Amino acid sequence: MNLRPRLTGETLALAVLVLFLVLLPSLATAFFVNFVMTQTLILGLAAATIVFLAKYGGMTSLAQLLMFGVAGFMFGNAALEGGARGLNLGWHPWAAVGFAIVVTTLAAFVLGAIASRTTGIYFLMLTLVYGVIGYFVFAQIVEISGPGGITSIQRPDLLGPPVRLYYAGLLLSVLAYVGFRAIRRTAFGLALQGVRDDPVRMASLGFNVPLHRALAFTLAGFVAGLAGLLNVWWNGQIDPASISIGPTLILLIIAVIGGISSLGGAWLGAFVYVLVFTYLRDLPLVDRIGITEARFNTVIGVIVLAIMVLSPEGLTGIIQRLRGRLRRRAATEPAPSDGRSLPVHTTQKELGGTRS
Amino acid sequence: MTPALTDVDRAIRRNRAAALRRPPVLVAAVVVVAVAAWVLLLADGTPAGAAADDPGKFLVTALDAVTFAGLSFVAASGFTLIFGLMRTVNMAHGSLFLLAAYVAIRVQEAMVGRSRNIDPADVGLLDWVVPLLAGAGVAAVLGLLIQQVFLQWNEGQEMRQTLMTLAITVVLADQMLREFGGLAQRMVWPGTVTHFFSIFGERYAATRLFMLAIAVLIGVLLWLWLNRTSIGMVIRAGVDDRQMVRGLGINIRRVFALTFLVGSFLAGVGGVLGASFAGAAPGTDGSWLLNALVVVIIGGLGSLKGAAAGSLLYGTVVAFSPAYLPSQYSYYAIIMTFGLLALVLAVRPYGLFGRPA
Repeated sequence: MNLRPRLTGETLALAVLVLFLVLLPSLATAFFVNFVMTQTLILGLAAATIVFLAKYGGMTSLAQLLMFGVAGFMFGNAALEGGARGLNLGWHPWAAVGFAIVVTTLAAFVLGAIASRTTGIYFLMLTLVYGVIGYFVFAQIVEISGPGGITSIQRPDLLGPPVRLYYAGLLLSVLAYVGFRAIRRTAFGLALQGVRDDPVRMASLGFNVPLHRALAFTLAGFVAGLAGLLNVWWNGQIDPASISIGPTLILLIIAVIGGISSLGGAWLGAFVYVLVFTYLRDLPLVDRIGITEARFNTVIGVIVLAIMVLSPEGLTGIIQRLRGRLRRRAATEPAPSDGRSLPVHTTQKELGGTRS
Repeated sequence: MTPALTDVDRAIRRNRAAALRRPPVLVAAVVVVAVAAWVLLLADGTPAGAAADDPGKFLVTALDAVTFAGLSFVAASGFTLIFGLMRTVNMAHGSLFLLAAYVAIRVQEAMVGRSRNIDPADVGLLDWVVPLLAGAGVAAVLGLLIQQVFLQWNEGQEMRQTLMTLAITVVLADQMLREFGGLAQRMVWPGTVTHFFSIFGERYAATRLFMLAIAVLIGVLLWLWLNRTSIGMVIRAGVDDRQMVRGLGINIRRVFALTFLVGSFLAGVGGVLGASFAGAAPGTDGSWLLNALVVVIIGGLGSLKGAAAGSLLYGTVVAFSPAYLPSQYSYYAIIMTFGLLALVLAVRPYGLFGRPA
């Protein structure tokens, strides 16, 4: 492939950003790197799978946190020996990693196959039901977890120092970003976008529409599983409460804050979320207006509500609109295309065709 | 009947026969027969025992199924009503449910004059009905407010509306936790219905039947409202073709507002019933949103018939699976719900009575 058209401003900016993130551990405090940034990368990676499904497949999934959790639980079950709960298989850590990834991917394929004939709102509701049922499965079946979850999970020796976990998150995030962008151009990616835009036409052209959806869901589940492994290594434990309905919604909210049809927005949303989560309590006015740490969800909810009122495309949509307005002002003549009609149009596309 | 019509009739019948031979339908039929055989004859070593040996347990389980279905129907009917007309998935439904429950509990405490350990004998019928109306009224007004402020101006943008109601859910859950605390609270049934009677030697609570009666009453009233009044006619027409209704000069905005009011009111009634039946606590909103979602996914979004059928199926699975799974596997009951979903979706992707949006 030709290298020339790829050297656009966007790829250059991405390269600079990645370089900056690689150098970050020597620039910022250990707390910022190991707590804020590592969490951002993990949540961003998981949220990116939501964006991938929504953007290219027209499927807004609430089951990604379940996949994230399944990988964590499976690793915990396979790697521990002599723990308080779980199967305690006591395998080698990397064998446990393989096991967790295989189980997560298989689960994603089965769930995706069942959901593959539904789209839009139906898909959203069905995946929410998946998430909640998954929560109950781990909360009630004591053989694999039970309500207390699995504790004292060690990460593999290779990732021992916390900063290595940061680099692992960075590596996987970059790979996922580049990979998801590359898939767009492949035969599978093109067919998937065709399925998103007009499933009936794709079916009559001979494409297996449900299979494409199921495979996209499987791929997203696989990547979410990788993020789930990082998460369980970062936390050292996992319990069913961490995949209950609240966190499930939070992951979607992260994708929405960044902009549900922008891949990079997933990490941006995660960054904003982690920043608010970490530093809100330090703001001087917070106590005075009655928002204490415990009222954190109200703040996040109001932020999301405000973003959705302003622009359904999230922060990236707002940034793009501001940029467009600035450019228009610089050109001093009004551009023919109204920046506002675009976001609405794409959202409707994602629904898999809204006809009332 | 003209010959042509009979031909069409025959063709439809042939299509139905062909549909029955499709693999998913066949699988579903086999599963249903197998489950029935298990429950009736084979289920030894389960908490309830085979139905042929212990008809009392079977009857109690069946009653549990129907009464739980009644409650699920009330919770899901408002949800499906709103979706059917406006294509709005109101994820805040569970929050309205829980809010009504909390408000009703507060009002009941104020009416009885005690905040803890209320004895059912002290609760008159009025001490239950007035809190019910108050709680459901608050839910209805809040629902209408949400619709007017956040959902009216972006009609048609389903995903945006869904995400907005999700955000509202997060805020409401947090604020309710602040206001009403984290402990489980309970609404007390009126004393006149709080007694037990026996069937086949098993004790059974009359309150559950009372709940079922209310659910049936609501179902009948809803059906009459939708099928026998002119506003119901407008709503049914709106479900089929919103633009046409608008073109006929009907102020559909007002119909939307009314539907949202009624839908939220129904969520509130469900909440008060749920609080009397199982209590209210943080997290109740999520689990009842789940129940409503399962019911409408099984039954088909936007259809009242679907909500009734879906809640019956869901209630049956929820009541029977813990009782008729082998004792050491009772924990796995939740997987049965998932199995039901998978089975129904394999046969009908849009639910039993649903159609593509």
